[in-house]
Amino acid sequence: MLRALFAVAVVALAGLCSGCGDSKGGSVSVVGSNSIHLFAEMLAEEYNRSNPGVHVTVQAGGSTAGIQAVLSGVADIGMSSRSLKPEEAARLSVVTIARDGIAIIVHPSNKVTGLTHGQLRGIYEGKTTNWRDVGGEDGPIRPITREEGSGTRATFEEMVMGQARIAASAITQEASGTIREMVENDPGAIGYLSVGLVGTKAKAIAVDGVAPSHENVQSGKYPLARPFYFVLKGRPGEAAQRFIDFVLSPPAQQMLEKEGLVRVK
Amino acid sequence: MRREKLIAVALAALALTAVSGLAVITAFIFKEGFPLMVKVGFKEFIFSSEWYPREGHFGIFPMIVGSLAVTAGAMAIGVVFGVGVAVLLTQFCPPRLVAILKPAIELLAGIPSVVYGFMGVVVLVPFIREHLGGSGFSVLAASIVLGIMVLPTVISISVDALQAVPRPYYEGSIALGATEWQTTHMVMVRAARSGIIAAVILGMGRAIGETMAVIMVAGNTIALPTSPLSAVRTLTSNIALEMGYAAGDHRAALFATGVILFLVIMVLNTAALALSRRRAKGAR
Repeated sequence: MLRALFAVAVVALAGLCSGCGDSKGGSVSVVGSNSIHLFAEMLAEEYNRSNPGVHVTVQAGGSTAGIQAVLSGVADIGMSSRSLKPEEAARLSVVTIARDGIAIIVHPSNKVTGLTHGQLRGIYEGKTTNWRDVGGEDGPIRPITREEGSGTRATFEEMVMGQARIAASAITQEASGTIREMVENDPGAIGYLSVGLVGTKAKAIAVDGVAPSHENVQSGKYPLARPFYFVLKGRPGEAAQRFIDFVLSPPAQQMLEKEGLVRVK
Repeated sequence: MRREKLIAVALAALALTAVSGLAVITAFIFKEGFPLMVKVGFKEFIFSSEWYPREGHFGIFPMIVGSLAVTAGAMAIGVVFGVGVAVLLTQFCPPRLVAILKPAIELLAGIPSVVYGFMGVVVLVPFIREHLGGSGFSVLAASIVLGIMVLPTVISISVDALQAVPRPYYEGSIALGATEWQTTHMVMVRAARSGIIAAVILGMGRAIGETMAVIMVAGNTIALPTSPLSAVRTLTSNIALEMGYAAGDHRAALFATGVILFLVIMVLNTAALALSRRRAKGAR
C-alpha cells in the first residue's frame, strides 16, 4: 500500500521536477529499483554536493516503475535490477553501473553452510521441505520470496529456478529489509537479497560451494550475480549524461565497492 | 429567500463532491480492471488458484478466500470483545471508570496500522510459530491483529447505540423483576441491535480494507489457505504488494482485484443490512 502510494507520488513529483528545470539547467530525476535506490541516493548526494546548481533526485518505486517512468519521459534515468523485456529493450538502452550478488541467507543458528543450485531450486519449488534433506538439522524449511515483479525476484527466478515456479506456499514479502528481518527471527527460514544488504546477523551461505564474498562476486565465481542498470530513452540530456559519467568515474565506483557492490570500471 | 436558495445549492454541491468522488473512483477502477477480466474470463479470474502474472495466469481465488477468512476471524474476535466491552461500559461500569476507559479505547483508533502490524510481527508471529507451529505468518495472526484494530469502531458505535436506548426500558424491565443481566441481554442489547449491527458492518469494512498490517503478518502466499495457521494473501495485500512493480496486464489484473474487492464489500454490506432489517421485523 505504502509503496504503491509512494510510486504514484514519485511519478507525480518527478513530473513536477522535470517540468521545473530544463535538462541544461541541471535537474535530473532518477527513478526505479528498490535495490539500487539506496546506492544511487548516496551517489546523488555526493554529486549534488560537489556540483552546486545541479540537482539529482533519486526515488525508489521498483524496476518496472522506473522503466515505465523513463518510457513515458517522466524520469531522465531509470534504475533496473532486472534485464529489460524484449519490448522494453526495443525502445530503451541500458548502462551497467555495477554488479551485485544475490545472497542466500538463513538463520544464524542454522547448521547448513551451503547449498547447490539444485537444492536451492528444490527448496523454492516446495519439493525439499526439511533441513535434514540438505545437510541440516531436522526442521521444516520456510522459504521466503519477493513479490511478483521485483527485480531481485526476477533475477533469482532466472538464475535459480529456470522453468520451475516458486512454490505458491512460499511466504512473500515486499522488501529486502523485511526478508532479512524474518530470516533473522525464524530458525527455519531461508531468503534471498542483495549481497550489500545482508547485514551482520543473518548467515549468508555458499552457493555451489562458493561463498558470496566480495572477491567471489567480482571475479564472477559466485553464481548468483546480476548487473545494476541505468535505463535511458534515446540520448540523455546533458545534465543526465554528466551524472552517468560521474557514476562510472573511479571515485563513484569506489564508493559503490565500499557498499558491497562490484565495480564495472 | 434567494440567499437561502443559493446556500442550499452550494451545500448540495458540496455534498455531491463526496459522492462524485466515489463515483469517479468506481468508474476508474472498473475501466482499468474490467477489460482484463473479460480477457481472462470471469470464471478463470475468480475461481482459478493460479496467480502467475509473468505467465499470464491471473486467478485470485486464494485471495478472495483469504480476505473472507481473515475478515471472518477478525469479526469473531472484534465482535465478541467489542460488544462485550460496550455492554460492560454502558451497563456495569461506574461512570468514573467509563470516563477513563472510553477515551482510552478511542485512542486505540488513532494508532497507525503499521504499528499494529509491527506489534504483530514482533510479538504475535513468533508466539504462534513457537506455540502453535507453522511459520507464524497466518490467517490467525492477521485475524487477531485486525480483531484488535476494529475494536474501537465496534465499541464506540455500540456504546452510542446502547446509551441511546431510552432509560424507561431499563427501569421498566427492572421493575418487572428482571435481573440486571436479564435486562441487559433481553432488553438493552435487543433494543440497541440495529446500532450494534451498524457497528459490526463498519468494523467489517475496516477489517476487509486494511492492508498494511495484514501484509506484515499474513505471509502473503498465493496458495489457498488450508488452516488458520496457513499463511494467506488478501485482496488488498495483493494490490499493494505488486502495484509498485506491475505493468500492462499485471497492472490491469490488480485493478480487477480491486473490482472484486469492491463487489465483495458491497455483497457483505448488503447482506448484513438485509439481515438486520429482517431480524428487526421478526422481533416486532
